[in-house]
Amino acid sequence: MATTEKMTLNMGPQHPSTHGVLRLVLELDGEVITKITPDIGYLHRGVEKLSEHRTYHQVLPLTDRLDYLAPMHNNLGYILTVEKLLDIQVPERAQTIRIIMAELTRLESHLVWLATHALDIGAMTVFLYAFREREVIMETYELISGARMTSNFFRAGGLSQDVPPEFEKKVRDFIAAMPANLDQYEGLLTTNPIWLKRTVGNGVISAEDAIDMGITGPALRGSGVDLDLRRDNPYSGYENYQFQIPVGEKCDTFDRYKVRLVEMREACKIINQALDRLKPGPVLADCPQVCYPPKENVYNSIEGLIHHFKIASEGYPVPEGEVYQGVENPKGELGFYIVSDGSSKPYRMRIRPPSFVNLQAIEKMAKGAMIADLVAVIGTLDVVLGEIDR
Amino acid sequence: MTASTVDIALFAAKLGMIFFVILTLAAYLVFAERKVLAWIQDRKGPNRVGPLGLLQPLADLIKLLTKEDFCPIAADKWLFYLAPAMAAIPAILTFAVIPFGAPVTIAGRRVPMLVADLNVGLLFFLALSSIAVYGVAIGGWASNSKYSLLGGIRGLAQLISYELSMGLSLVPVVMLARSFSLADIVAAQATIPFVVYQPLAFLIFLISITAECKRIPFDIPEAEGELVAGFHTEYSGMRFGLFFVGEYINIIVLGGLATTFFLGGWHGPFLAPVIWFSLKTLAFAFFFIWMRGTLPRLRYDQLMHLGWKVLTPLALANILVTGWWLALRGDMMPLSR
Repeated sequence: MATTEKMTLNMGPQHPSTHGVLRLVLELDGEVITKITPDIGYLHRGVEKLSEHRTYHQVLPLTDRLDYLAPMHNNLGYILTVEKLLDIQVPERAQTIRIIMAELTRLESHLVWLATHALDIGAMTVFLYAFREREVIMETYELISGARMTSNFFRAGGLSQDVPPEFEKKVRDFIAAMPANLDQYEGLLTTNPIWLKRTVGNGVISAEDAIDMGITGPALRGSGVDLDLRRDNPYSGYENYQFQIPVGEKCDTFDRYKVRLVEMREACKIINQALDRLKPGPVLADCPQVCYPPKENVYNSIEGLIHHFKIASEGYPVPEGEVYQGVENPKGELGFYIVSDGSSKPYRMRIRPPSFVNLQAIEKMAKGAMIADLVAVIGTLDVVLGEIDR
Repeated sequence: MTASTVDIALFAAKLGMIFFVILTLAAYLVFAERKVLAWIQDRKGPNRVGPLGLLQPLADLIKLLTKEDFCPIAADKWLFYLAPAMAAIPAILTFAVIPFGAPVTIAGRRVPMLVADLNVGLLFFLALSSIAVYGVAIGGWASNSKYSLLGGIRGLAQLISYELSMGLSLVPVVMLARSFSLADIVAAQATIPFVVYQPLAFLIFLISITAECKRIPFDIPEAEGELVAGFHTEYSGMRFGLFFVGEYINIIVLGGLATTFFLGGWHGPFLAPVIWFSLKTLAFAFFFIWMRGTLPRLRYDQLMHLGWKVLTPLALANILVTGWWLALRGDMMPLSR
């Protein structure tokens, strides 16, 4: 008698479509997946623990490296949490620039998602088109912060510096060209019968299951749940902007694809509104206990130098308390929970990474499917290991 | 020189020429693919080695030859070493039966522009393409790696399935030409290429050869997003190179066959026959590259579904219709033999 046995396949941590160092232990019956066990931690750096030994200012660079495809948004989430504890007001211009950068980051993150998702399904050209546009966003990052990915640009109370004059034109040109580019991607995919065959009905997760698992972001909205923190719990002045929140119906990979593409178009609209509001003004709150002095004071006056030295050497004390702030990261709700004991270092910081929570849906979405479907599911969940492992 | 020596010399010259041209063409097809894909994808492509990057294939060859020839410790050594050859050799051999030009007269002899005018040329091609399946299957199995094994299984299933629809789509061609010899099939298309009579068979054949040379959207045995590199995951150096170049030889050969069966082979106005043949064949190669730049990949079971439930029944129906049409016409296609 011939017997059949199941095969265990290690997918990752080195694998082209596990997007980093995700390891999935698959149990296969032929090509059909009967069990998926995600194994994470290959990129663990202990960000939460590290932050207990750094001043609030020094924690900021660590947040760049969480979801490294959306660094500005991580910065924003962390800075908003600290500002909530400090209870300081951010100048209008700084808020507007924050929104522009947050939405550019959303575009960037979604572009990389589209690129890799399409590449995993075999559509190679979309990958390169999307990276072409991402490059412009990276240049904008470099223009304002000096770094392409680890931007480290926001500060408690505003921004590290004002944006250079050419910033506005660069963003305007990019946003003006973006709808046509999105049409180009959609032309290659949205009506392509092979793309439809691969994504429609793939990775279905019902709204109930999605809510039970705590899934957020486009993955949740693709399942028909209308939840977006930018509208439902506005931060950084999002309440002043008009934008639509797309919601899917069929809970499958194609709906999540559509949701993200509409989000990209909406992000362009938000950026346009923000650019129209951009007025000259200060970009840092008038709050010398927290904010660094302007550089010319540091170099030219002893008071400025002492001021700079005080903040750089011992940080700024943050009032005692516990605070949580969630932001709508491109991948879902990114939350920071900070416990402060009144010193200049967080007593405890907990990060709620959207990818970590979203990843647990993988077994529900891909069990009983084939390896090719699993690859599509990993793509559609849009996980980033930097933030899962922290 | 005796008569037979001249024959042998001519034969050897043809053989050497084809071998050289095919291998060079395959190497430059890799280059062309990278360039064309780069144009499609709004980037530059290889442009560093030599003028316009034209020496890139040479650099690739040196790299492949000097790389470590690695054999996994748990692999079945003999089969592991044999598989790349099994993949590349049938592809080259197939070209022996393809007529690439009009017969010419050299030293008082009528020399047909093909290596071997077999009277069962078409069957020879089908047989060889079946042998090529072993390269994929053995390579995938002998590596003793799970990804290779899955790739090998996929390859085996895909190639066997699509061989069927490919073979069936060629039956109407044989019915029209009333011969299995490729030279006769080309001769039968002197005025009108068979694609005019058999657009459906042409389409089925085109889809099937895309699956045969494992190109997107049918590159399932080596889907890099799923199986790392499929059946050749464990291969390195020139053994990988053989699989790789075998695939590109396959593109040329299958393009040449599609030209022969449906586009009238070397027939064409104004230009020399060899040029017409090359143009048509390269057009197919371009088509494959274009598809790669445009389409995503199908899933394994969707591919099987297309092969067994769509293409094969259609090919069978096409044979019936062709037979019925030929019987109604009473007389057969005029043959310029």
